[in-house]
Amino acid sequence: MNYIIGAFKPASNISITFSDEKTRKKVPLKKENGQTVMVPLFQSQENIVGQISVEPVQGKKIEHNGIKIELLGQIEMYFDRGNFYDFTSLVRELDVPGEIYERKTYPFEFSTVEMPYETYNGVNVRLRYVLKVTISRGYAGSIMEYQDFVVRNYSPSPPINNSIKMEVGIEDCLHIEFEYNKSKYHLKDVIIGKIYFLLVRIKLKNMDLEIRRRESTGSGANTHVETETLAKFELMDGAPVRGESIPIRLFLSPYELTPTHRNINNKFSVKYYFNLVLVDEEDRRYFKQQEITIYRLEETS
Amino acid sequence: MISDGVEDEEKWLAAAITGLQTELLLHASRSGLEQSQRCPKILRSDALRTSDFTPFPHKYYELYMRAFDELRKLEMFFKEETRRGCSIIDLYELVQHAGNILPRLYLLCTVGSVYIKSKEAPAKDVLKDLVEMCRGIQHPVRGLFLRSYLSQISRDKLPDIGSEYEGDADTVTDAVEFVLQNFTENEQTLGADATSAIDLSGLQGPAREKERREKERSELRDLVGKNLHVLSQIEGVDLDMYRDTVLPRILEQVVNCKDELAQYYLMDCVIEAQVDMPIAGAVTLYSSLLTFTLHVHPDRLDYVDQILGACVKKLSGKGKLDDSRATKQIVALLSAPLEKYNDIETALKLSNYPRVMEHLDDGTNKVMAGVIIQSIIKNRTHISTADKVEALFELIKGLIKDSDEKLHDEIDEEDFNEEQNSVARLIQMLYNNDPEEMLKIICTVRKYILTGGPKRLPFTVPPLIFNSLKLVRRLQSQEENAAGEEVAPTPKKIFPILNQTIEALSAVPVPELALRLYLQCAEAANDCDLEPVAYEFFTQAYILYEEEISDSRAQVTAVHLIIGTLQRMHVFGVENRDTLTHKATGYSAKLLKKPDQCRAVYACSHLFWVDDSDSIKDGERVLLCLKRALRIANAAQQMSNATRGSSGSVTLFIEILNKYLYFFEKGNSEISVSVIQGLIELITTEMHSENMTPDPAADAFFASTLRYIQFQKQKEGALGAKYEPIKA
Repeated sequence: MNYIIGAFKPASNISITFSDEKTRKKVPLKKENGQTVMVPLFQSQENIVGQISVEPVQGKKIEHNGIKIELLGQIEMYFDRGNFYDFTSLVRELDVPGEIYERKTYPFEFSTVEMPYETYNGVNVRLRYVLKVTISRGYAGSIMEYQDFVVRNYSPSPPINNSIKMEVGIEDCLHIEFEYNKSKYHLKDVIIGKIYFLLVRIKLKNMDLEIRRRESTGSGANTHVETETLAKFELMDGAPVRGESIPIRLFLSPYELTPTHRNINNKFSVKYYFNLVLVDEEDRRYFKQQEITIYRLEETS
Repeated sequence: MISDGVEDEEKWLAAAITGLQTELLLHASRSGLEQSQRCPKILRSDALRTSDFTPFPHKYYELYMRAFDELRKLEMFFKEETRRGCSIIDLYELVQHAGNILPRLYLLCTVGSVYIKSKEAPAKDVLKDLVEMCRGIQHPVRGLFLRSYLSQISRDKLPDIGSEYEGDADTVTDAVEFVLQNFTENEQTLGADATSAIDLSGLQGPAREKERREKERSELRDLVGKNLHVLSQIEGVDLDMYRDTVLPRILEQVVNCKDELAQYYLMDCVIEAQVDMPIAGAVTLYSSLLTFTLHVHPDRLDYVDQILGACVKKLSGKGKLDDSRATKQIVALLSAPLEKYNDIETALKLSNYPRVMEHLDDGTNKVMAGVIIQSIIKNRTHISTADKVEALFELIKGLIKDSDEKLHDEIDEEDFNEEQNSVARLIQMLYNNDPEEMLKIICTVRKYILTGGPKRLPFTVPPLIFNSLKLVRRLQSQEENAAGEEVAPTPKKIFPILNQTIEALSAVPVPELALRLYLQCAEAANDCDLEPVAYEFFTQAYILYEEEISDSRAQVTAVHLIIGTLQRMHVFGVENRDTLTHKATGYSAKLLKKPDQCRAVYACSHLFWVDDSDSIKDGERVLLCLKRALRIANAAQQMSNATRGSSGSVTLFIEILNKYLYFFEKGNSEISVSVIQGLIELITTEMHSENMTPDPAADAFFASTLRYIQFQKQKEGALGAKYEPIKA
């Protein structure tokens, strides 16, 4: 197989390496082809330093009109496939037009790069960061190589973090009061709370707490909204009586959450909600949705 | 689905068990934290969560028992993990990732148990957390089983005194708090469950249904009971704590739980899961439990009896109590139903009541019996059947007979009399309108009192005799109606019983009393026209007189009683009457003191002259009696002269004069004016004689007798004319 593929191989091997490759933390990233690869992790304002090496295929030379490396921050809408919107684009020229006969390396450096948005892989939208090396050629077409990396930005604990407390119900039928200890949770947080049954005139069967993600992309008439239920956590089994109070303790760590993203470059938003669902014996569902904020807490280690 | 339930149940159970084993074995076979992280996901479809089980709670029980075994293995696995260096705190969090609540909580309890053992956190905190989290299960059966699992798994880990999990000062309170909260939670779900289980099983065939319901009930009870049992094993729970903290909380639950069946389970559990405390404490507990039950369920005698039953069980083998505190509490325990119902009949239905009483020492037993009798008397309770009487006498037998053991005890006579008087009052109160039942009552009472011994019989026999005579009187008036019915009690049947009963007094002996009773019976027999019976009673009375009554004063009284009774008898034929009369006059003449002789003899005159009987009007023999009386009076006076130097009172003469006047008035032709006149003069002379000691009473007596004569003289018609010749 490799042998056959080899026939269509480009005329050169291009590799991109980071100078702190060995020590830098790597995280999994799902590629378009469904494979997961480990890629380096950065945060905003970091220096992205490394080198690329270009090695012509044995016995051939590369004629080129110049070599450059770009750092791109792209937003890709799936319904608008192929159209990338670059919100960040930095370029470093690495070589003037010429010929390469043997392996050649070029160091590069992007200092204190502003990367305000996190890498995000959603249902309809993707935000990616990528290093793109281009060897420009005339008639043969340019040779390009990409290296993805992930950006995550951390926040400190919010100074104000009120609990969510609310009394809801259906008149003369069901009155509950629920309380979640915070309105802002970090990704490894635990939700503590309780549901207090003030009035129960229907025969309930169970109660779940769902965590839902609402991803909205585009704007105006072209807005696409996709809602996923990431967690369905059963809080109660059976029919409570009036005065009963049911505890909530839900660990967020097992779920694949991201921080809340609000209006990223006017292209998309990702919001999180708690959805408290009560189901009665006739499978009628009663629910109450509450938006929460999820943030990435600076890891102290 | 329910109609052909048996088969379905089996299938369901088999499927559920297979499912469960697969799931849990997956856990157990894995190793390493990495794998155990998947546990919650595997358990997502845990069989215990199945919702199909509701029709078959007992199948669920079986399933639970299997699951319990599997969870034990899992516990071992978790323990193994921690030994390999896996943090227990991480494990504790990890199992909480499970999305489905039931498997999550089973896992949490299991890990929790390992957590406590690791001592990385205070036992009380872990336990508190577990109980709190278990609130998520509001489904009755599933909740019941889960909490039962929790109580099972934590039973050896309570922060009790002396336990290795003991913490700071409040530990026992914490332990109790834990169990109680667990219990409370359990409890609240039980009510709904009991009804649903029963409703559904009610759809099945009736034959199997009862059996199955019983089984389910005992299984569920077993679960709840485990909680209380754990509670009872906490060392630090002493009586005060149990009484002030634990019991009220449990009872509160019993009240709050509206379902009857559930309440029944609970009462059972409370009773069965008895704290191992001193008897006094246990009895205190029963006592308050009983008061509570009476208050909440006055209509449920079975609860009351159950509590008493449990108390009996507790006391069994302990014999009579010598602990005064315990004794006091038992009295309170036994008094409560009486006070509540104001009706001993209710207490008589409590089969365990007398069994509790047996544990009282004799003194207290008597006091208690007294309380019972007082209650009956106060409330005028109508004890109307022989069975109830039997039960009642069984209760108060402390008063009815001597206990076997003690004879050495000094008994205060006054107290004893009071006791026996109350028993007597009780016997008088027994009544049933139906003669047949009444006779049974009498026989029952008789059976008991005859065991009473010589000291009690004089108190108990008379009321029984009189109560029986009441029956006789009733029958005597109805006799015509009852004629022909062989089974119905008749006086004829009753009298022999009475005879034998009175005979029992000979052992005492109290001949005077027995004599009176014989005479009473004779009179009743007379009214029933039963001559031989009446004669027999008289014979008995005479025998007693002759053989037993030797005191002269008693003889006087007895003779007068005999004469009085005999005078009223109309049933005797001439021969029998003669015999008896002859005997009576004979007794009279042989009395020791002359005045007594005199009075008895003149009283005998009435035996020959019965006003409303034409056949008994023997004027001659009346006169003979009176003359004989005069002779005796004369002799008495002479004796007085000889011994004291002064003549005795003329009172006897005046009394005899009055007798003369009576028979004179009644038309006895043997009594002439001259005889009366002579007697008046004799008395007048005597009264004026020199050596006569003045006797104002005799003077007044004589004066009023003369006034009577004057009064009669003034009357119009035959009577006035009859008196006319007498000069006063």
